[in-house]
Amino acid sequence: MQVTATMNPNQTAANATDQPSASMVGVARRQRLQDMVFHRLTQFFSLLVLVALVGIIVSLFINAWPTFAKFGAHFLWYVEWDIINEEFGAAIAIAGTVMSAGLALVLAVPLAFGIAVFLTETCPVWLRRPLGTAIELLAAVPSIIYGMFGLFVFAPLYADFLQVPLQSVLGGLPLVGWLFGGATNGLGILAAGFILAFMILPFIAAVMRDVFEITPPILRESAYGLGCTTWEVVRQVVLPYTQKGVIGGIMLGLGRALGETMAVTFVIGNANRMPTSLFSPGTSIASTLANEFGEAEGLHFNTLFALGFLLFCITFVVLALAKWMTVRVEKAKGT
Amino acid sequence: MQMDTSPLYRRRRRTNLMGLALSMGAMVLGLIALFSILIVLFSNGLAALEPSLFTQDTPAPGSEGGGLRNAIVGSVMIVGLAVLVSTPVGILAGVYLSEYGDTSKTAEFTRFVTDIMLSAPSIVLGLFVYAIAVATVGNFSGYAGSLALSLIAIPVVMRTTENMLRLVPGSLREAAFALGAPRWKVSTMVSLRAAKSGVITGLLLAVARISGETAPLLFTALNNQFFSTNMGAPMANLPVVIFQFAMSPYDNWINLAWGGALLITLTVLVLNILARVFFREKVRA
Repeated sequence: MQVTATMNPNQTAANATDQPSASMVGVARRQRLQDMVFHRLTQFFSLLVLVALVGIIVSLFINAWPTFAKFGAHFLWYVEWDIINEEFGAAIAIAGTVMSAGLALVLAVPLAFGIAVFLTETCPVWLRRPLGTAIELLAAVPSIIYGMFGLFVFAPLYADFLQVPLQSVLGGLPLVGWLFGGATNGLGILAAGFILAFMILPFIAAVMRDVFEITPPILRESAYGLGCTTWEVVRQVVLPYTQKGVIGGIMLGLGRALGETMAVTFVIGNANRMPTSLFSPGTSIASTLANEFGEAEGLHFNTLFALGFLLFCITFVVLALAKWMTVRVEKAKGT
Repeated sequence: MQMDTSPLYRRRRRTNLMGLALSMGAMVLGLIALFSILIVLFSNGLAALEPSLFTQDTPAPGSEGGGLRNAIVGSVMIVGLAVLVSTPVGILAGVYLSEYGDTSKTAEFTRFVTDIMLSAPSIVLGLFVYAIAVATVGNFSGYAGSLALSLIAIPVVMRTTENMLRLVPGSLREAAFALGAPRWKVSTMVSLRAAKSGVITGLLLAVARISGETAPLLFTALNNQFFSTNMGAPMANLPVVIFQFAMSPYDNWINLAWGGALLITLTVLVLNILARVFFREKVRA
């Protein structure tokens, strides 16, 4: 039997102190090159998002500049929209945007809170997954569907069963009567608020439910152990613990409602007037853009870009605040 | 101890019952409202679902009948190109954020910006793409529409890819490094392959998201009444056609709008359900 000295210790030691073979150096060099290319390639792609953001801000501002130069800061509260005489003000559109989004929040947040409480506390366990999935699927439905629903189904019902009764009952009251004046044709700021509420309801409910679910069970069970009722546990334990996440979720919903085009354009009435009541038609920034961009020219064109710039700034601030709040939640969670 | 019948306890129980009843009422109300939307959509849309929907092009104002063929083909092409562009960009960017840029300030800022772009108003993105891809070239085009949709899809893909890659255990990567694999192979052939199902879920969700977007296409791809596969010119697409038809006074247009809305919703729902089923099965396996 021949023992071939393939693992001769002397030979191995000698090999270890030798230079690595030329092919190994070649492989290492090639791999380092590949790694560098891969690193720079992926870095380039990830920086594209930053470039896009800067590009958006710059291009919007450049195209909006003639309007800002002509009207200055006065543009923000100028109540005028005269295309022929080229007198524009953003106040009408901003008012419509903020009012419809605000109404949507007022309508959607309590409902979303109720849904989240139900899903996390009282719902039987076998029903939780299907209902939760249903809510999340509804959050994925495109907004144009909500707009069509609003125009064809909601508006007539809303006009007959909500607007007319509200106007007849509350229209004559001294302090709040002015809120319910105007034509009861199923469109208007409040209608847009309702449709937006439908749209952001599943989104906020899903966020709230996720945030409620990460409450440590030990906190809830300690409260139950002290004799708290379910409602007290939710109000005094879960809600304070998840407060930032809940507010972050609400602000995310607000951000989406502010920027929504299709759901609003169908039902807001598209009138370039300052709304005088909940039923009066108005316009939001996004619906002004959608309706008027096609045929805009000259200063009108620049003004639409100015509105777009303002909308981007508003939603940027809201979303940044929401992100800041949810980051605090994640830090508290320990992730 | 008179605890069960003390007034304070009774009041607390009443509050509890009222609160829980209200929350159940909110659930029921919310579900009724949301499901009524789906019911209306299905009943109106199914009435419009006939073979002519897929074989005829959009009708001129006032003419009878018609279908959505050019819009469907246009949407498929625009969304398809957007997915083709955003998939590699989004995945590679997500790989960078999770594998290379873990704690650097740039990476943190990039994540922040990505989250903002995720929820940014899509009409503003349409304005931006108009300024750089339509005004400069001089005409609306399907390419501009795809660019706008990619701007929406890339942050979605980036975020899900990064999150899924983070879930891959570090020991897997370290084992690959120990075997002498170069960094790029570890990132792609080990980490990405391990996170494959999550990444595909993210892609499906991104496709679902951009399929229904209308506002960015309003100023970029515009619309086209005729059948066209030329992406360098205005292209018909479902969302804009629905927008135009739904707000019109013609009955056949409104009918077609419902049919198109049903098609879009079905696509979005099927993609979302696929994404969930796919992800859940792989996670279980």
